[in-house]
Amino acid sequence: MSERYSRQELFTPIGVEGQQKIRNKHVLMIGAGALGTGNAEVLVRAGVGKITIVDRDYVEWSNLQRQQLYTEEDAKQRIPKAVAAKERLQHINSDVEIESLVMDVSVEEMDELAKNVNVIVDATDNFDIRMIINDISQKYRIPWIYGACVGSYGISYTIIPGETPCLNCLLETVPMNGVTCDTVGIIGPAVQMVVSYQTTEALKILVEDYDALRKKLVSFDLWQNQHTAINVQNVKKETCLSCGSDRSYPFLSYSNQTKTAVLCGRDTVQIRPPENIDRNLDSLAKVLSGKNGKISQNPYLLSFSVEPHRLVIFKDGRVLIHGTKDIAEAKTLYHRYLG
Amino acid sequence: MELVINGDKIDVPDTVETVDNLIQHFGLSEKVVIVEQNQIIVEKGSHQETKLCNGDKIELVHFVGGG
Repeated sequence: MSERYSRQELFTPIGVEGQQKIRNKHVLMIGAGALGTGNAEVLVRAGVGKITIVDRDYVEWSNLQRQQLYTEEDAKQRIPKAVAAKERLQHINSDVEIESLVMDVSVEEMDELAKNVNVIVDATDNFDIRMIINDISQKYRIPWIYGACVGSYGISYTIIPGETPCLNCLLETVPMNGVTCDTVGIIGPAVQMVVSYQTTEALKILVEDYDALRKKLVSFDLWQNQHTAINVQNVKKETCLSCGSDRSYPFLSYSNQTKTAVLCGRDTVQIRPPENIDRNLDSLAKVLSGKNGKISQNPYLLSFSVEPHRLVIFKDGRVLIHGTKDIAEAKTLYHRYLG
Repeated sequence: MELVINGDKIDVPDTVETVDNLIQHFGLSEKVVIVEQNQIIVEKGSHQETKLCNGDKIELVHFVGGG
């Protein structure tokens, strides 16, 4: 027994045999923010064979309070998160193969990334990408572990294709609202709690102890001292277009994707939701008023300036991000302020 | 009416009669919420007509996106 994993091998449900299984597995981590760095550190220390970490963003000072792999130096130099994460993780465990990709993930990328993967860990910050992960998970029968947190609240669910309901069964509609970590804040312990739920489920999947999976939708509010676990098995729908018998993987089709376009010569990116929505600009103004930005509003649109960018949000859901030609950066700003 | 919500006994005003009222009462109406009433999940389409009774055990889980 190598000393390195001795304590994990002494843990009966894993054992020497389980450790070998962990060693032969490949984890795909979408996102390297708070949940991504937490999940990645646990799984890399646990000795997973390979981990692929994908992120489109770079390290900023406001990340350091909870994104555990990053340093002040990373923030000063605006190092891409995937790069900084790999650097730190490789120092933690040089045995693990770490693939880091600085890229924006949409359908095509996800389809490619999912090859030869044993589990997908959700460390994203929006439902557009989660619905794509969900459909890919069903298409290739790869388990994935939803996790999210905001404020002192967190939630997680493990989706096993063919067994549990999928995210589309649970949600029915894709949530749309303005509450994000950048508008109402987030505390580190809420991140760590979700990370604990996600990584424990990931380890169970990696050692193939499927009976031990939690099987319940879990949520908590650490500040309010609340904890809830619901059995959602009955929510699985035979008619679900993502996991039912007549499935079409709706979120892999072009028409259901959020579309982006660089507006020529305007230093602007337009982001358009898959279908027109009727956005309540007054409630959005309220949410954004807590931020260090300047808001102006007319009946048709809301303009939110946060130097050096300006977001113009239309009632029909379209958003113009001024001050960038970079689609990935524009998407980051979009999801940061609009969820 | 007294309900047990996520494990805590909570008094809700008389105006809260249905699951949908309860979701609004907690300011969750713009969110996707899964509601369990006495260990049975209330389907989203039935939130408006499902009545609450004194002493009901309610679990409320809402989806968030941050991470």
